[in-house]
This record gives sequence, structure tokens and C-alpha cells, in this order.
Amino acid sequence: MTATVSTVHVWSGIAISVVQVIALVLGAPLALGLMAKVRARVEGRVGAPIRQPLLDLRKLLTKERVHAEHASAALPIVPFVVAASVVVAVAISPLISTSPALSESADLLVVVSLLLAGSVALAIGGLDTGTAFGGMGASRAMTIGALAEPALLVAVVALAIQAGSTNLPAIVAGTLAHPAWAASPERLLALGALSIVVLAETGRLPVDNPSTHLELTMIHEAMVLEYAGPDLALVTVGQAMRLGLLVALIANLFFPWGVATSFSPAAIAIGLVALGLKVTVIVVVIALVEVRTAKLRLFRVPELLAGGFVLAVLAVVTGLVTR
Amino acid sequence: MTLYLEVLEIAAGAVLVCAVVTLWRRDVRAIVTILAVQGVCLGIVAGDLAIHQRDLALGATALLVLAAKGLVVPLLLRRVLRKDPRSRETTPLVNIPASLVAAAALIVLSYVVSSKIIALDPSPATRLVPLGVATVLVGYFLLVTRQRTVSQIVGLLVVDNGIALVTFLVTSGVPLIVELGASLDVLLVVVVLQVLATSLGSRFGSFELDELTELHD
Repeated sequence: MTATVSTVHVWSGIAISVVQVIALVLGAPLALGLMAKVRARVEGRVGAPIRQPLLDLRKLLTKERVHAEHASAALPIVPFVVAASVVVAVAISPLISTSPALSESADLLVVVSLLLAGSVALAIGGLDTGTAFGGMGASRAMTIGALAEPALLVAVVALAIQAGSTNLPAIVAGTLAHPAWAASPERLLALGALSIVVLAETGRLPVDNPSTHLELTMIHEAMVLEYAGPDLALVTVGQAMRLGLLVALIANLFFPWGVATSFSPAAIAIGLVALGLKVTVIVVVIALVEVRTAKLRLFRVPELLAGGFVLAVLAVVTGLVTR
Repeated sequence: MTLYLEVLEIAAGAVLVCAVVTLWRRDVRAIVTILAVQGVCLGIVAGDLAIHQRDLALGATALLVLAAKGLVVPLLLRRVLRKDPRSRETTPLVNIPASLVAAAALIVLSYVVSSKIIALDPSPATRLVPLGVATVLVGYFLLVTRQRTVSQIVGLLVVDNGIALVTFLVTSGVPLIVELGASLDVLLVVVVLQVLATSLGSRFGSFELDELTELHD
């Protein structure tokens, strides 16, 4: 391979990453709007328009930055860390193509650590002002995170055993090359485990209720009470992109069809449309499930996550057995 | 050939998943439904093996398993439940997160232990034996940590399903007459339970086995 060709690859990789980030910055809030719309319609309400979260973000961006009087230097930095960690994770993940920039370092563990960096920053921000709600939300978020991480990592091992690599693009490309992998029992079990973890990590029902400010139950909302204006916009878009990224990763790891394997603009356009369709379907399913579920009591959440952990262990053992 | 293997793997995996879910759920009604699903999956395993080996007797066994474990036993259990509204919530001796972690350990243990058995005759079907052994162990765990009569009988039935799964995978099924006997045995156990539960309910107004600490004449 000549030097010019690899330079072309680097530039097209960067182009793909830029497209992915733009798609998620705009698409993730729309996905949230779609979920709210589906919920409203099922409950018999008209509901806000689907683009409402984007309008909210635009409104927040025009306001001035206000910080609490007793906030330390950490609070203003947190929104940037939250948004930047997600943006990097989105840029390197195989969302519309199997070869975005830096794809050889897009290890599952790297992406998980990037998301973890964001949630730890958010928890620090919650603790920073010393308010009761912030500390309570941070403590709950960290508890759930600590329970969800083992399940996530074990489920990742199950996928890695099958593909022989923890590299995300390699797993997606391997599934594209061997369609039978997608229906294997270890994939189905890992899908179950990852779905539970994603619901917990993104603060959806039945773990957290994103649409409530009831002090007894809130987790994520309690941590972001102290932000206003552009800071709140960054945190909100970061959280939306986190949901978008995890849903898109589940879509591509388990149903990789449509992901571009070449650099041609047509393939990338198909990848973009396929990603949009897959995420739309999954998001609508999540919304329909949320309408029918009540929030779990906080003390029952470990049961759910332990169930996810056992599913992940089952996935690994089944993978070893059937190999 | 590959379809046979895929169906076998998914159905055998589903039997174990059902066993774990019985540990996970508190609602005894839901547990009985899952037991029915497990019975159906077991029937699919047997049916899949029967079609693959073109074995008529095994096919008959599969139908028997489907009817007995997927339909009759769950229906009988549901009738018991209808008489005892209080047995909806189980009160496990080990809490649910801990028992799920224990289940994970049991699954790994069965994988380690069964490797010796598989080494005797490695084939696509025998490689799935750890799933059956794990189902047996998880069933025992359910049996010893639950207090409600119905949960315990479900544990016993999960153990039975696990043993049946191992039998199908290792020997491609025992003779029809043996399977018939075993299924009738299980059916009898459930019928006895129903009688026991009914008399328990009418005398003490509860199905709690731990309350049976004194002898009466």
C-alpha cells in the first residue's frame, strides 16, 4: 500500500468521525424527543414536537453562564469533560463505518472508560456545591455504575471470545462477515445483559426516571440541578449522546447490516440512513417498554443489575461451550 | 446440519436461562410461567435431536415432555396458586442479588466440572452438557433457599428438567418407557403437592413450610 493511499484513508477516517459526531449531536436529542413523543402518544397526549430537545438546547445556549456562589473550580470544567469524553467515544466508534479515525484503538474497554470518565466527572460536579441533592444523586449514580460495570465488562468478554478481539470495528466487521454469529446463543445472552446495563447507565426507566424531579427518586437530575445556560446545554447534549452512542453500539454489534465497510460516499450515506433507522426502532421499543414499566425501588436495582451480570456470565460460558 | 446445531444450542441455553430467571423473579405466578417455557425448550431440544437422528421413539418422548412439562405440570401448579393468594411473594433465605451471584458461580463450576465428561466423547451435543449440569445446580439452589411450597416444587422440577437435558444431550434420550415413568413420577409429585397444599391451607391458612415445626396427631 503506497503512502498516498494511506493518507487518503486517514483523511476519510477523520471525515467519517466528523460525520458521526455531527449526526449524534443533532440526532441524539431528536431521539430523546422521539421517545417523549412516543410516550405521550401512547398515554393519549399530543406531546411536544420531536425537535423540542433541540429547541431547548438552542434556548439554553443563548443564556448567560451562572455558577453557584460556593462552587469550586471543578464545577465549570465538568460540562466540558462530560461532553468531550462522549464526543471522543462517538468519533472512534464504528457507527456508520467500520473504519472511522483511530479505529484501531477503538477498543471496547477504551470506549467504556471514556463513558466512565464522563460519569465520574458528573458525580464530582454533583458533589462540588455541597448541596444535599447533588451529593445524593452522585452517590446513587456511582452505586449503580459500580454494579453495572462488572456486567458490562463480562458481556464484552463474551463478544470478544467470539470475534477473537476486543476491538469494536473488528467485532462489527466479523459479524458482517459471519451472519450466523448474530443468532448464536452467547450473542443473545450478551444482548440481554448489555440492554440492562444500557438502561442503567443512561438513567432510563426502570432504574431512573428522566422526566421527574421528585427528590426521593431522582438520580441523574439531582446531579445536574446546579447547572444553568450553556453548561446545562453541554451536560444535556452529553447525556443524550451517551444514550445515542450506547444504543447505536448495541445496534451495530448485534445487527451490523448497513454499516459502511468502504470509503465511498454512497456506502457512508447508506450507513448513515441504516444507523438512523436502527436507532429509531430501538428508541421506539425503549419508549414503549418505559410506558409499561414502573420505576424500580432503589433497593431493587441491584437485583436487576445482578440479573444482567448472570446473563453476561452465562454468555461467556455458552460461548466457551459452543466454540 | 447447522440449523440443527443452532436450534439445539439456543434451546439448551434457554433451559438454563429459564432456571436463572426462576431465581430472579419474586412473583411465584411468573416463576410457574417460566417453568412452562423451560419445559417447552426442553421439548424442543428432544424434538431437534429426534429429527436429526430420525428416531421415532425420541420424537414421542419429545411430545411427552412438551405435554407434561410444558402444559400439564404448570397448569396443576397454577391451580394450587389460585387457592393461596399469599404465595405470590417468595421470601428467599438468601437475598436475590446474592443468589444470582451464586448462580453465576454455579454455572462456572459446572463448566469446569463437565469438561471431564465431555472429553469422553466430544460431539456437538455433548459439548452442551455444562448447560444441563448448571440447570441442575441452580434448581437445587432454588430448592434449598426458598420457603414457599410452590417455589420449592418449582426447584425440584427445575432439577428434573436439568437431569432430562443432560440425558438427552449425552445419550440422545433414555428408552421411552423410562421417560414415561419419570414423567409420571413428576406428575405424581405435583398431584401430591396439590393435595398437601390444599390440606395445609385449610388447616393453617398458610403454605409456609417453616411453620411445620410441631407434630400433631
